[in-house]
Amino acid sequence: MTIQEKQQEVIEEFSMFDDWMQRYEYMIELGKSLPLIEEKYKIDENLIKGCQSKVWVHAELEGDKLAFTADSDAIITKGIVAILIRVFSNQHPSEIIEADTKFIDEIGLKEHLSPTRANGLVSMIKQLKMYAVAYQTQLN
Amino acid sequence: MRQQTQAKTFEVEKIRKDFPILSRKVNGYPLVYFDNAATAQTPKQVMDAIVDYYSGYNANIHRGVHTLSQEATDKYEQARIKIQKHFNAENAHEIIFTSGTTHGINMVANGFASLLKKGDEILVSAMEHHSNIVPWQMLCEKTGAKLRVIPMNDKGELIYSEFETLVSEKTRLVFVNHVSNALGTVNPIKKIIEKAHSVNAAVLIDGAQAAPHIKADVQELDVDFYVVSAHKMCGPTGVGALYGKEEWLEKLPPYQGGGEMIATVSFEKTTYAGLPHKFEAGTPNICGGIAFGAALDYMNEIGFYEIATYEHELLEYATKKLKEIEGMKIYGEAAEKTAVISFNIEGLHPYDIGTLLDKMGIAVRTGHHCAQPVMDFFKIPGTVRASFAFYNTFNEIDLFIEAVKKAKMMLQ
Repeated sequence: MTIQEKQQEVIEEFSMFDDWMQRYEYMIELGKSLPLIEEKYKIDENLIKGCQSKVWVHAELEGDKLAFTADSDAIITKGIVAILIRVFSNQHPSEIIEADTKFIDEIGLKEHLSPTRANGLVSMIKQLKMYAVAYQTQLN
Repeated sequence: MRQQTQAKTFEVEKIRKDFPILSRKVNGYPLVYFDNAATAQTPKQVMDAIVDYYSGYNANIHRGVHTLSQEATDKYEQARIKIQKHFNAENAHEIIFTSGTTHGINMVANGFASLLKKGDEILVSAMEHHSNIVPWQMLCEKTGAKLRVIPMNDKGELIYSEFETLVSEKTRLVFVNHVSNALGTVNPIKKIIEKAHSVNAAVLIDGAQAAPHIKADVQELDVDFYVVSAHKMCGPTGVGALYGKEEWLEKLPPYQGGGEMIATVSFEKTTYAGLPHKFEAGTPNICGGIAFGAALDYMNEIGFYEIATYEHELLEYATKKLKEIEGMKIYGEAAEKTAVISFNIEGLHPYDIGTLLDKMGIAVRTGHHCAQPVMDFFKIPGTVRASFAFYNTFNEIDLFIEAVKKAKMMLQ
């Protein structure tokens, strides 16, 4: 599946809910399916800055695809990073670099997109793209 | 403290009508504003003062001969007198307008740079806001003075006996907050000031968190410096006041150079203006200062004794209700505290709780509250902090408790 298709899939899933509680409950559920980062990578260098909770992200190349693992000490943040990783993981770095993130808006998490928001969703997206940029140069 | 002895009936519903923001909705729910320790809401009376200024007599002060300038100057200086009277300062020129508490602290720290030498000691409490730690660290770096910390106990109270042993002939300055922003603890500042004065050390009290609840009497306290922010007491942001004893303000060099703060200027020599203008370089926040005065009028009209009594009832009620929730841990259980509750629920991150409360229209603060040393002391990443004001209600506390329970259920 392409990033676009995955985003569409997430949008459809979230469209089933008509109130915020169900959306957040689902997000918390998704957090539990997050591909967890190995303990050895849970180091300060892998922490994403700008979050009130701790978020660690690690990236590894599998063939020409980039696979992400992550964790957070806050449950909602874990849900958010799980959605991002589901969309961006196992894609070619160039696809990740070019992908837009409008789907965040469509699944009713727009408020998390503000750069001043303490959960650092914007920082997370930036970090995933930075990994993609770094590995893209490796592939070239 | 100057307080009346008899409480009037507290008409909270009538008071709430003064605050237009309190009737708005957030995420479809009625707003419950419990982030008063971060900033208080603004009553119509203060907004009116702001509108009156801009629609009636907006002009630069202290230098115009025209009517508007005179009117603005008069109102601004009247506001200074209101602040003087409120804190019972001996002289109006002992009140310096600032941009807020942080500015006031930096002004004093900067002034002391020329008065300290290597080996001198500065004492700060373990429960300070970052704004009351960083300026002193910078001052220590500059002067070679040493920063020493007054420890606290598990209840979040300063250990006075430890403070007594820290005080010595080397102590030149003591900085303590009147009330801790993270814990709500009311510190025994009168005792601290007396002890510090026994070795001729100066004392600066950060009154930012106390001023909305307690009317400090700077003469009775015999404090050397007391700093506050207007926005914590129903005034606008970007304005505050530094009270300083005349003798200290005379001793300290000016903070910034510019207009307003000079008497005469030539390229050879500038003589500084007298107090308070020596510390008020440039065009000040004129409207903000006037609105600060209006906010003090507003709060005094309600009465600080009445405010404190009512808020204490809210605090006791909320504390009791929160404690009924399983896994609840409250940080800061000092015998004397203001209407602030810092808490965590076992196994849950404060950020998660805060996010879900916001979805239910409830505004609280989460995080380290700019007091990381306090968080380190309790070995936690942060807390959820609910802080109440006199316009909050018992019904809002019930909504808050229900929302906390709901959030807990969703997260577990």
